[in-house]
Amino acid sequence: MQRKSSISLGAIYYWWLVAVLFAPIFLLIIFSFNNSTQLVFPFKGFTLQWYAKLLESREMLEAVRTSVFLGIGSSLLSTSLGALGAIAITRFKFAGKGAFTAVAAMPLVIPYIILGVSLLIMFNEVGIHLSAWAAGLAHVVISLPYALLIITSRLVGFPANLEEAAMDLGASYWGALMRVTIPICSPALVAAFLICFTISFDEFAIASFLVGTQPTLPVYLYSQLRFPTRLPLVVSLAAILMVVSMIVVLLSEWLRRIGQEPSQRS
Amino acid sequence: MSASAVELRNVTKVFTSGRLAEGDEVYAVKDANLTISQGEFFTLLGPSGCGKTTTLRLIAGFEAPTRGEIYIQDQPMVAVPPNNRPVNTVFQNYALFPHMTVAKNVAFGLAIKRVPPAEQEQRVKESLELVQLADMGKRRPSQLSGGQQQRVALARALVNQPAVLLLDEPLGALDLKLRKAMQLELKQLQKQVGITFVYVTHDQEEALTMSDRIAVMNAGVILQVGDPVSLYERPASRFVADFIGESNFFAATVVSLQDGRIQARVGDEPVTVSLGEGQPQAGQQVSFSVRPEKMRIDPPQQSPAEALSGVVQEVVYIGTDTRYMVLLDSGERAVVRVQIGCAADLGRFQKGDRVKVHWNPEDARTLSG
Amino acid sequence: MENRQRITFLIGPPALYLLLFFLLPMGIMVFFSFRAGMMGAERNILTLDNYREYLTNAFFHRLLFRSALIAFTISLISVLLAYPLAYYLVFHTGARRVTLLTLTIIPTWTSYLLRIFAWKLILGSTGLLNSLLLTLGIIERASPILIYSRTAVMVTLVYVWVPFVALPIFAALERIDRNLLEAAADLGCKPWEAFLRVTLPLSLPGVVAGFFFAMIPTLGEFVTPLLVGGAQGSMYGNLIQDQFMRALNWPMGSVMSLAMLAVVALLLFLFTRVASISDLLEI
Repeated sequence: MQRKSSISLGAIYYWWLVAVLFAPIFLLIIFSFNNSTQLVFPFKGFTLQWYAKLLESREMLEAVRTSVFLGIGSSLLSTSLGALGAIAITRFKFAGKGAFTAVAAMPLVIPYIILGVSLLIMFNEVGIHLSAWAAGLAHVVISLPYALLIITSRLVGFPANLEEAAMDLGASYWGALMRVTIPICSPALVAAFLICFTISFDEFAIASFLVGTQPTLPVYLYSQLRFPTRLPLVVSLAAILMVVSMIVVLLSEWLRRIGQEPSQRS
Repeated sequence: MSASAVELRNVTKVFTSGRLAEGDEVYAVKDANLTISQGEFFTLLGPSGCGKTTTLRLIAGFEAPTRGEIYIQDQPMVAVPPNNRPVNTVFQNYALFPHMTVAKNVAFGLAIKRVPPAEQEQRVKESLELVQLADMGKRRPSQLSGGQQQRVALARALVNQPAVLLLDEPLGALDLKLRKAMQLELKQLQKQVGITFVYVTHDQEEALTMSDRIAVMNAGVILQVGDPVSLYERPASRFVADFIGESNFFAATVVSLQDGRIQARVGDEPVTVSLGEGQPQAGQQVSFSVRPEKMRIDPPQQSPAEALSGVVQEVVYIGTDTRYMVLLDSGERAVVRVQIGCAADLGRFQKGDRVKVHWNPEDARTLSG
Repeated sequence: MENRQRITFLIGPPALYLLLFFLLPMGIMVFFSFRAGMMGAERNILTLDNYREYLTNAFFHRLLFRSALIAFTISLISVLLAYPLAYYLVFHTGARRVTLLTLTIIPTWTSYLLRIFAWKLILGSTGLLNSLLLTLGIIERASPILIYSRTAVMVTLVYVWVPFVALPIFAALERIDRNLLEAAADLGCKPWEAFLRVTLPLSLPGVVAGFFFAMIPTLGEFVTPLLVGGAQGSMYGNLIQDQFMRALNWPMGSVMSLAMLAVVALLLFLFTRVASISDLLEI
């Protein structure tokens, strides 16, 4: 029913948008191999020197280490809390379920600056030192809604009385969770973990307030932007991070899909 | 060795939503008293919402009674959680664990009890053979048909050799033909293993086919307990008479009562019925029921003295029987089923014919409620 | 009842966590906004001075208002750009539509900071775009107008938001029963008429959702203005950041944050209102 010209118009628009969306990423990746200290046209020749120099930067490697540990730590906590919450939400009725879900979802819409600033105040009052772990505590708050969403989506696809069946056969309630519920969720748990990791790993706004003297990678990167000579290194690092992020997200999405029953839509 | 497998004493279950005022409670089960014998095939029968599934869950331990006690093999179950009770359940939706093979599903209960692997394997094998799924061990539940999944659920429960097997409308999701075949299989299986079965269904035909005894429930109350024949031939209440099979209901005034026989009048015509429930006095109103196939229909001149007069309203031919809807002079309606034994039975009466309906006194019983 | 015990153990940990690290800090921030100062004895004096100062300073209000306006514009443009994208995917790409949608989402999962940084490199006076134009001979001198301006902030943020905003619009369009469009055609509607009368109204809940989910976080944006905004491109979020990191006037910063939170709450309230009106339209 649509005229041919409007179909191709849509296609042109779509691919143009995709090109614009990916352009910065690809440009960064391409220019990370550029044999020049300046990010200008034309391309001056292929080199791997910047990647080599990356490995020599101790500070940068420290920041990578910090970000990785922070990401793993906050993701483990976020996924665990998300799993507990998801089981409660899908299997039980209780007063306050709506309130909990609403509060858990709020970090999705509240500006990160407010989250960062309020935690800064609280840590200061209570006497918690600013560090990567402080940022990690904040990261759990912002990634928890994602974990909840991913795990809940998986759980609702299964009959609600699997735990009862396990108990009927002799398992305790927590035994039923360990033997039946958690194994069933495992693709969702891994997908949630990966998403939470990505969120934490890439997060800058909140981390900038809370990391203190232990910069995460984004915070470190930002601090390097003032030095023009270090630009190529930053670009190389950026290229690596972007590629890794994309792979992780694709992996997570693939896991989420294969884990779904055929009767579910994505 | 006790003869009682399950006993319920004055069991009441109330579900309260905290916001309701006092007196607004929902009685899921009200004052239930039941004794189920060892080795019986016992059915809880009733319409949706009558409390039969709640009663089953009370026996299984998924709900705790608000009042009353439950005994399994004479042991009180008051503080015993479901995983410690000697019962196993076959769920309506089978509840098979999707992430395990059929064999692992069946072995689940044994694995929890830490039965040695070799013994597990042996018992699983026997259990699967019992339900005729011998080579399905390595499959996943999603690869099986509904009927096969149901058998796996059965095997998974039976392998634990429970004292009582609870079945919650297990055949509900199967198509008619498969359901009828499974009904017979389940009955035979029960005889074979000798375990007490407590079966829940809303299908009265299913209950009559399979059960040793049936408890009919409505609105949380157990109305009548008995074997299929007793329930069918001698229903105690209007609900039971109506729920199981078909019944005609009539109102009559008592004239006299003697030796279990009641002389009464329907309108101004005399009838004789049997005493079922209650102690009616002369002059009182009673209601009684007669099954359509137990009613006889004849032209007025050929009827016995005690019969009710009426006019044929509808004639429905259903192959094996003819159904006559008769509007009685007293204003009530009667349905009469006449078997067509030979060609001569066809078309005995037409719409508009004046007829009389009658019965043997032992086929009519007074009811309570 | 055992159920209650289980629910407590399950919902307890996440609920407690949110209480401690999300709600409690907000509460402390409210308390902080009444503090006289950061040092010594001033810490224990509670006062309304900060509020007074905030309410009388026109600069703060103007900046908040301007930031809201910027956020509004960005969200509006994002929605206008995202709608055709979602429409095309839902109605013209068939079975591949989810994959194609995912393709647009993938870049958003790479680092936010890095992508803005990339735009900075592209738009800057020694950046790629300028050098490309120079090399091609289109311009003679590097033009700095692309960077360090409010426009740069808006372009960058629109770039970030379009895929996100496309998601709820996509979902809303997908949910539209195709039979409705067939019925409209059957009753004489031309394609664009059917769009205006059927598709657009039914997709509005998704559009509204996308709009608000873009506008609310953008209110508090400070990273993008920091990188590409320069002096003119500064937003309210930068003001707050300043109070906490440089001026070290945390009580004032708290007041500012609460002011922004009030606007966020207003927007959320508006959203629930508009959403229910859209529900009515759906009938």
